[in-house]
Amino acid sequence: MIILSMYIAIFVVAFFAVSLITRGREDKGFNALKTVTFGDESAVSPNRAAAVISVATIFLIWGAFTDSKLVPFHVSGPFIGETSFTYTATNAAGDEDDGEVRIVVHKIGEKPDAPEVEDGDGFVRNDSSLVGAWRSKLINAKRNDEGYKEDGYRIIAVDGQPIAPGQSVQVADGEVALTDKQSFNFTPLKGLQLEPIWMPAPEAVVQRFIDIAQNGYQNFGLWEHLGWSLIRVVVGFLIGALVGIPLGYAMGLSGWFRGWFDPIVEFMRPVPPLALIPLVIIWFGIWETGKIVLLFLASLWIMTIAARAGVSGINISKVHAAYSLGASKTQLMWHVIVPNSLPEIFTGARVAMGVCWGTVVAAELVAAQKGAGMMIIAASKFQLTDIVLMGIIMIGIIGYGIDILMRKTEKWLVPWKGRH
Amino acid sequence: MSDLNIDELSMRFDLPNGTHVQALLDVNLELKTGELMSVLGPSGCGKTTLLNIVAGFLAPTKGQVRLNDEVVTGPGRDRGMVFQQGALFEWMSVRENIAFGPKMKKTPAARTREIVDHLLETVGLQDFGEKAVYELSGGMQQRVALARCLANEPEVILMDEPLGALDALTREKMQGLVLKLWKETGKTIILITHSVEEALLLGERLLVMAPRPGRIHKEYRLPFAEAGVNQDLREVKKIPEFGERREEILSMIWEMEEEIMGRAEEGA
Repeated sequence: MIILSMYIAIFVVAFFAVSLITRGREDKGFNALKTVTFGDESAVSPNRAAAVISVATIFLIWGAFTDSKLVPFHVSGPFIGETSFTYTATNAAGDEDDGEVRIVVHKIGEKPDAPEVEDGDGFVRNDSSLVGAWRSKLINAKRNDEGYKEDGYRIIAVDGQPIAPGQSVQVADGEVALTDKQSFNFTPLKGLQLEPIWMPAPEAVVQRFIDIAQNGYQNFGLWEHLGWSLIRVVVGFLIGALVGIPLGYAMGLSGWFRGWFDPIVEFMRPVPPLALIPLVIIWFGIWETGKIVLLFLASLWIMTIAARAGVSGINISKVHAAYSLGASKTQLMWHVIVPNSLPEIFTGARVAMGVCWGTVVAAELVAAQKGAGMMIIAASKFQLTDIVLMGIIMIGIIGYGIDILMRKTEKWLVPWKGRH
Repeated sequence: MSDLNIDELSMRFDLPNGTHVQALLDVNLELKTGELMSVLGPSGCGKTTLLNIVAGFLAPTKGQVRLNDEVVTGPGRDRGMVFQQGALFEWMSVRENIAFGPKMKKTPAARTREIVDHLLETVGLQDFGEKAVYELSGGMQQRVALARCLANEPEVILMDEPLGALDALTREKMQGLVLKLWKETGKTIILITHSVEEALLLGERLLVMAPRPGRIHKEYRLPFAEAGVNQDLREVKKIPEFGERREEILSMIWEMEEEIMGRAEEGA
């Protein structure tokens, strides 16, 4: 909630700040002369400053909430250091006495000594304890008190505030709750920062990236993990395209094929590939065959439909023209129908590659020895959130890279797309 | 001599709802080699159907089309077609588009090159051979379509509103080009158009068709195409007879349109 409101605040403030700074310096382009811009899509271009601030904001908030050294300011962190609270108890005789509980809150992973305390006077004795930051600790403070086993012994207040079992009170650096068995549960102040196992700092992720790039993770190098995912996608996609495109052509050119395969294709198209994982594992096992089959199925229908659309979308004039120019059916196929369907096929290929990339990661989450998905699921089991984050970032970058590559190939191979 | 004969041609489309449309009824026509005939008529008069049957894309329900006494049964390279738009192959350059016909009959590359070079010059696109067709303007694209059709040396050229999508200026230039090509190549040409002026300018013979059922309403023999070969088309339009004919045909078509509207209102 805090993070969201901060994000919105930065969004609004940045908007006004940037428009204030750039006022009077509007671009001199053609758009500057347009009086109608609201509703004119072509007059909307991405604001460069907004893009830069947007990315910076993400890292700023990320760093500020994770105690990053890369960010100059931080939100309040968890309480660390020594603190104490007092508690008041009555005994069977009806006497009241105070005792002090001294606590050292330490960073997780450190093991400081517990503070030494004197017993103090009266029947209530002082206590000490250790708590890790972001954690809580059950403190059995009554255990060393005299007569705590007798009926009538009750803890009645903490730091002077009355308390009963099941209730809690705020103390200097945290919160104390009293359990039904008259023990304290002390939770030091957590602050607003996120625990590393929730969200590691950016530099921890970078560190982990360097570490895994050099040393690998779970028997395989980082590039092996990512490379294997990519190879599966490419192989699965290629087989899917190799089967799907001719099938799509056949469906576009022959009524029998269309009738035969339409029900199958239309049924399989809305089935998410992820829903096929259990069946594919049962049939083909969890190793490479299963994954390739899954990716094949993920791309097959998309490619079939794309090829079919490519054939059906042809302008009949082109077909008539080709026949009038003396083309045979085979010549029409190779010189007209196939090239004419390429734009549709490329659109399909882009979608299919995206779906395959998503599917392979999911399939690797289920079972794999290597792969991007395997890396993050294995890391999550050990609460290595930095590896999980790094993996997600790598998956995103590669997915984006695939799409850019497909678009470049498309521009190169079908430059006439969308132009007539 | 290669004559085009259309004998007793009828075309009836049966609709799924049980009714039918008589697109053509007993159309008879004879075209001599080298004749240029324009076909005019309100929408629904079956002129495109007629062209499609001659091209061989449709089989008539009655009658036949003969070219040099051979009955037309399907599309063939002896009847070239020029479409309104969108029939060029975007994945090919201008040159490759024009070379399509020769390539289909496996003409040697050197000969194809000669043909294409010659045609590029004929249609005035000598500097655009390597361009992609989508880089050209609409008028230039139609020049390519004409050249592509001519490259195949058809005996008859069928044009389905080839200039319909062009702006007025380009259109006038292209009309001149069509006349020039007709005179130079001596091909038989059937040209379908919506424009009365175009039909008058380009039609050595002019066929006015009437709808429901699609039939030949009236035929003219006109001097304007011949005149247009040697002089500016705008000069041709100034000939008094041109204006008279235009008014005559326009009112004829108006009458038909009004009759259609009247019938539609009766039906409603």
